[in-house]
Amino acid sequence: MQRIGVFVCHCGSNIAATVDVKRVVETVKKEQGVVHAEDYPYMCSEAGQALIAAAIKEKNLGGIVVCSCSPRMHEATFRKAAERAGLNPYMVEIANIREHCSWIHKDMEEATEKAVILARAAIAKVHLNSHLQPGESLVTKRALVIGGGIAGIQTALDIAEAGYEVDIVEKTPSIGGRMSQLDKTFPTLDCSACILTPKMVDAAAHEKINLYTYSEVESVSGFVGNFSVDIRKKARFVDMNKCTGCGLCQEKCPSKKAKSEFNRGLNTRSAIYTPFAQAIPNVPVIDTESCVKMKTGKCGLCEKVCQAGAIDYSQKDEIITEKYGAIVVATGFDTINLDQYGEYAYNESPDVITSLELERVMNAAGPTKGHLERLSDGKAPKEIVFIQCVGSRCDDHRGKPYCSKICCMYTAKHAMLIRDKYPDVNVTVFYIDVRTPGKNFDEFYRRAVEEYGVNYIKGQVGKVVPQPDGSLLVQGSDLLDGKQIKMRADMVVLATAIEPEAGVRKIATMLTASIDTNNFLTEAHPKLRPVESPTAGVFLSGVCQGPKDIPETVSQAGAAAVKVIGLLAKDKLLTNPCTAESDTLLCNGCSVCQNVCPYGAIGYEDKEVNDHGIRETRRVAVVNSALCQGCGACTVACPSGAMDLKGFSNRQILAEVDAICR
Amino acid sequence: MQELVKRAKELLADGTVTRVLGWKKGDLAYNPEPAFFENEEALSEFVYDSFCGANLSKYMIEASKKEGKTLVFLKPCDTYSFNQLLKEHRVLREKAYIVGVGCAGKISAEKMKEAGISGILEVEGADALNPSETLKVKTLYGDKEVSYKDVMLERCHVCKGKDHMIYDEIIGESRDTLDGDRMEKVREIEAMSPEEKFAFFQSELSRCIRCNACRNVCPACSCRKCVFDSTKFDSAQKANVDSFEEKMFHVIRAFHVAGRCTDCGECSRVCPQNIPLHLFNRKLISDMNEFYGEYQAGADAETKGPLTAFTQDDIEPSEARERG
Repeated sequence: MQRIGVFVCHCGSNIAATVDVKRVVETVKKEQGVVHAEDYPYMCSEAGQALIAAAIKEKNLGGIVVCSCSPRMHEATFRKAAERAGLNPYMVEIANIREHCSWIHKDMEEATEKAVILARAAIAKVHLNSHLQPGESLVTKRALVIGGGIAGIQTALDIAEAGYEVDIVEKTPSIGGRMSQLDKTFPTLDCSACILTPKMVDAAAHEKINLYTYSEVESVSGFVGNFSVDIRKKARFVDMNKCTGCGLCQEKCPSKKAKSEFNRGLNTRSAIYTPFAQAIPNVPVIDTESCVKMKTGKCGLCEKVCQAGAIDYSQKDEIITEKYGAIVVATGFDTINLDQYGEYAYNESPDVITSLELERVMNAAGPTKGHLERLSDGKAPKEIVFIQCVGSRCDDHRGKPYCSKICCMYTAKHAMLIRDKYPDVNVTVFYIDVRTPGKNFDEFYRRAVEEYGVNYIKGQVGKVVPQPDGSLLVQGSDLLDGKQIKMRADMVVLATAIEPEAGVRKIATMLTASIDTNNFLTEAHPKLRPVESPTAGVFLSGVCQGPKDIPETVSQAGAAAVKVIGLLAKDKLLTNPCTAESDTLLCNGCSVCQNVCPYGAIGYEDKEVNDHGIRETRRVAVVNSALCQGCGACTVACPSGAMDLKGFSNRQILAEVDAICR
Repeated sequence: MQELVKRAKELLADGTVTRVLGWKKGDLAYNPEPAFFENEEALSEFVYDSFCGANLSKYMIEASKKEGKTLVFLKPCDTYSFNQLLKEHRVLREKAYIVGVGCAGKISAEKMKEAGISGILEVEGADALNPSETLKVKTLYGDKEVSYKDVMLERCHVCKGKDHMIYDEIIGESRDTLDGDRMEKVREIEAMSPEEKFAFFQSELSRCIRCNACRNVCPACSCRKCVFDSTKFDSAQKANVDSFEEKMFHVIRAFHVAGRCTDCGECSRVCPQNIPLHLFNRKLISDMNEFYGEYQAGADAETKGPLTAFTQDDIEPSEARERG
């Protein structure tokens, strides 16, 4: 039986307004083993911690329970306080009476009763706690950045500048990401390529940065400080070391019908290709689905024209394994599929395009060489309609519930650029709200309206109908005038919602990083830890965490880099002593635990056992405590109960349940 | 049957195996029991008739620890259990010489009792490989006749098939006995209200005398030490003080074998109280099939079970909860 102290926090009024803390103190005093109980307005404050330390010493406490906020918030704080007072830090239990109680209840009577029950469970558990000692693990001083867009590039540059090795894994043939597809950037209207390409070059030239383009993360094992990652380097069929990037192969390639991914399928490219002129590395890849040589065995023209002898049709995918201390996810976004939005006639008319497609149309390197023209007949449009929030802020299953955040600004940018270059073109924008929070953002939008005469209509478009004469009939409503609007347009541009890149779910699963219902990666804390994933050693950069524009992405990329640098600067990390262990006498050797272990921490050994006089060699599970992260999956999967988790034993958990059900 | 004995003798004689695991005559006409035969003479006791429902796979756990190979006779459905035990490293393939035996569906004295036949003295027509359509039964109360099908075990009406999943050789043909829907009763129970469900299981499970026959016969319940026999977990002690102790035992057991149970039906066959214990397992099998795709435990010895394999297509917990 431990001598237990209970400390009940008011958290100002966060807890005390809903939970009668005095009554909690009086009630828990009657619990077995409780020799001390008190309350304090802010237990996490210096004075609060001093109270705990004093009680541990004076009452010779063997275990303490702090009734306060979530352990994710202050467990570490109270463990350190206990340790300073001479108590093993793992003799501290937190009863979460804030997030789990006061914040979600209104009735004081009920909330107080629940707070007592939660305290009782923690007291029951701490009776069975044991003195655990953390181990140490070394930190691999190298970081992996998944995704080579502006987020990944900036994170890598910042980490590399601090002197650590960084690898960028990019699945397409070049780094650059979405930003490389943009024409101009708001709110300054500087050319995207002009500000991005120098950064791409910096990343490629940096001695600490290593690029794995046309590569994907295949699997991840290990844990913070010690990740081991398999990277699949897809076969380029072009030798990176020999290729001079002369481009002759692309020119001569007879297969030119593949849709250009970079130009969003608006034009075609050759089977051997670099996605765009400023691609880094400037080494093409062969798309096996379009290549005549790959399909029929005949052709081989690129090999013949390549003076460097860089073409190698026999190349195979290669898997390399690298060790990392930290991993940054910077996988970015794509626009949503518009198949469900039949009313906008996107799939019917080539003159209905997404805003990202318009970026390509307006770009000098795009399918129309930068001339604003209809993709159906090449004619100059006279009337352009922009439709906002296509799939954003949507309350049905077709779209996304969130605001994509960047659309209001890029539409103002598009409208302004068109009016500037083609003053005879009328531009109309249908919007729900115009959202312009950001430095110089509202000024920018007002310029579009006031100086450039863009016609903004508050209202939604119900239908876009292609007409026999090739124009488009746009039917919408003007909410301010309360009128239905029917207007003719030559071109319709859809501000299509953005969503996390399709592969992110797979990557999140590999990293055991959590993800929300919209496939955005979840932060460790939405306000205080926005660039860290709840999984230790995994960090978030850019739109994979939530919609954001370029300046925000760059800031977050830098913040993620700082967190990585902070981690890599450490030589050793303390390991969590709450790891699993197997009872050799109970273990069946059935491998169930090994199958469910996400960390590959469980192996098997043939061990000589003495089971009440029966001596035999048995196949039993052995846990590698350096790899075990204490998730507990094995303890619930084990049919015989041989697996148990230190600090969260089956017995402790049942004791908590018993205390709650008492 | 003589064919099996002949082959067993040959394999013993040429040293392929050092013992035989089969069934021997019981004290009554309808209760043959699993037995090890250490030599040729012992095989005079060997029997393989329509009452030999016992699944011998689990006995291979002990046999795997012995010197030499054991010849084991497995019916098609027993081979699923053997594979599952192999997957869990509980039996050793190299310690087994598997003779797959044909099966024409198994019958039981319990089913005969349900058909109004008791005091059984002798049964004619219950040849394991070639039974008669109609059984002639001598009883204390005179001669009776009953259709073979009417006294067949429920599990045979929903037979998994005539193929052996693992074997070294096969003796005898199997017969198609499938004429029922395995999940019919499960759906019937699913349609009940929570109160009706509780009442149903209470009425069934309250007959339980905790003899542990279901657990001891179950090939999936192969733990060295059952949590209900251990002082480490308090499970047994908790169950003891619950007014409806049996539910804890059976529900915990069903969860422990979930994803590993091959639905061999031994639990219900051996229950002296005729509790349809297999229904718990089938409910879990039905749910797992729905959530993770069709899966038959023991169809091979490699595939990871639905609860021990994580895939991208796994159902989200929230979705599972919604579907109930």
